[in-house]
Amino acid sequence: MSVDADTVRRIAHLARIKVTASEVPHLQGELNAILSFVEQLSEVDVAGVEPMTSVMPMEMKKRVDVVNDGEIPDDIVKNAPATDNHFFLVPKVVE
Amino acid sequence: MTAASGKLIKGATGDWEIVIGMEVHAQVTSKSKLFSGASTAFGGEPNSHVSLVDAAMPGMLPVINEECVKQAVRTGLGLNAKINLRSVFDRKNYFYPDLPQGYQISQYKSPIVGEGEVTVELDGGKTATIGIERLHLEQDAGKSLHDQSPSLSYVDLNRSGVALMEIVSKPDIRDAEQAKAYVTKLRSILRYLGTCDGDMEKGNLRADVNVSVRKVGGPLGTRCEIKNMNSINFIGQAIEYEARRQVEILEDGGAIEQETRLFDPNKGETRSMRTKEEAHDYRYFPDPDLLPLEFSQAFVDELKAKLPELPDQKKARFIADLGLSPYDAGVLVAERESADFYEAVLAKLADAKRDGKVAANWVINELFGRLNKEGKDIASSPVSAAQLAAIIDLIGEGTISGKIAKDLFEIVWLEGGDPKRLVEERGMKQVTDVGAIERVVDGIIAANPDKVEQARAKPAAIQWFVGQVMKSTGGKADPKAVNALLKEKLGV
Repeated sequence: MSVDADTVRRIAHLARIKVTASEVPHLQGELNAILSFVEQLSEVDVAGVEPMTSVMPMEMKKRVDVVNDGEIPDDIVKNAPATDNHFFLVPKVVE
Repeated sequence: MTAASGKLIKGATGDWEIVIGMEVHAQVTSKSKLFSGASTAFGGEPNSHVSLVDAAMPGMLPVINEECVKQAVRTGLGLNAKINLRSVFDRKNYFYPDLPQGYQISQYKSPIVGEGEVTVELDGGKTATIGIERLHLEQDAGKSLHDQSPSLSYVDLNRSGVALMEIVSKPDIRDAEQAKAYVTKLRSILRYLGTCDGDMEKGNLRADVNVSVRKVGGPLGTRCEIKNMNSINFIGQAIEYEARRQVEILEDGGAIEQETRLFDPNKGETRSMRTKEEAHDYRYFPDPDLLPLEFSQAFVDELKAKLPELPDQKKARFIADLGLSPYDAGVLVAERESADFYEAVLAKLADAKRDGKVAANWVINELFGRLNKEGKDIASSPVSAAQLAAIIDLIGEGTISGKIAKDLFEIVWLEGGDPKRLVEERGMKQVTDVGAIERVVDGIIAANPDKVEQARAKPAAIQWFVGQVMKSTGGKADPKAVNALLKEKLGV
């Protein structure tokens, strides 16, 4: 599996990362290097093996339904570059 | 399973069938969010019901709310669906400012609930069975406001992370009426179960509707998805419009483009959302922060044992035990509040077996009629279940006639009070004393010899006498006794 220049631009767009035309060949090379490294895994025959979700046989921890968090709007917006009355402000997005 | 046939569209080239599938998003009733301890309460100050998990701060980890899991299982059981003892959470990746994680935690390949079915009521006592494809748990996103500033959008994350159930139907729905009946029934089941409040105005229940058309028996057509419908009537209007639009395009030799559309209630039409039509690429993958969701059959069985009576079961019981008509039983069970009120009346009746049917008539015709007229809901009814039961008891035991009961209902509606005492105090008791009625009857017969002649010639004219007796007794004479006496005295 290898990625072409169009795929690089598409992935960048999906992640909303600005990539200039001159950066594309370099990123394409890096992505392909990563993919070929990971590709070694396909040498292992995993037919009939369930995907492993945890090293330890354990059940997922669950919470009881109580409100014990939140009500910290100052903290929530503390790092935001722009806020108004505890709203986050972002460049206008309209569908 | 074959879908019930629906209303066809008559085109220039023949009849067209509509094929509809729906995705309903129902907000799970819970105190806290799906993966955090922040409140789910509606309408808080901006970003108040938000934890660091909901705001996707680095290093925060989701921990699942067990009650949301139970609610999804209860809903699955209510939809007669297969419950999956093992399901998996996936990340659905997309970019939007009100989705701080950059992905929605959802269930893709392994949902918590599999196939089921719902029976919906149609006009004329018909029913249709709509298949359920699946139900899965997922997070809601935050809310963006676009009208606060010309250049900025305002983002509030209070809804971010609230649990939703996405309920996906099979493409078994064939026209607007079936679609409306399906959402109505689904909403009713959710509200009986207490797993979603069904409040469509607040967006707690909303539907995406997939519509396509085809020649009867032909291959499936290309579908369009009408997004975010939060009114049952609008769903009906949108389907009618969209199906006609598609038939027109196809009959003009055009092709349907698969796209997302919005319904404009003011114009009564659907229009393309005109987003850059880039095929959705959500790049789903299992969420590495969450283990598979696993529970035992015993966990499911325990929830099943405690499930409340659902509308279909309640309807069957009303018909079998109390002799209600399927129509009346259907009206009473459609809303949980109505059924609860009717059952509260039954509980107070002296003889529920005898008067259950009368009580149904009173709840549906007198009470609902009056509530509708005044724009009130059953929670704010001025007449309580106990008061209505007392009125019905008075009819049942023959103390007042049905006609007087309506006057009594009016008094209780406007002034309140104990119906039994009101009947005593205001002299509304039915006159069953035959001697007293006889005196009135004799007087009227003596005063109207011409009418007596008429009645003897034409027995139907007896009704005039009944009217006169009722008039002079203020409607309090027992109609049965009046009829019997008149027949005897007039010899008809």
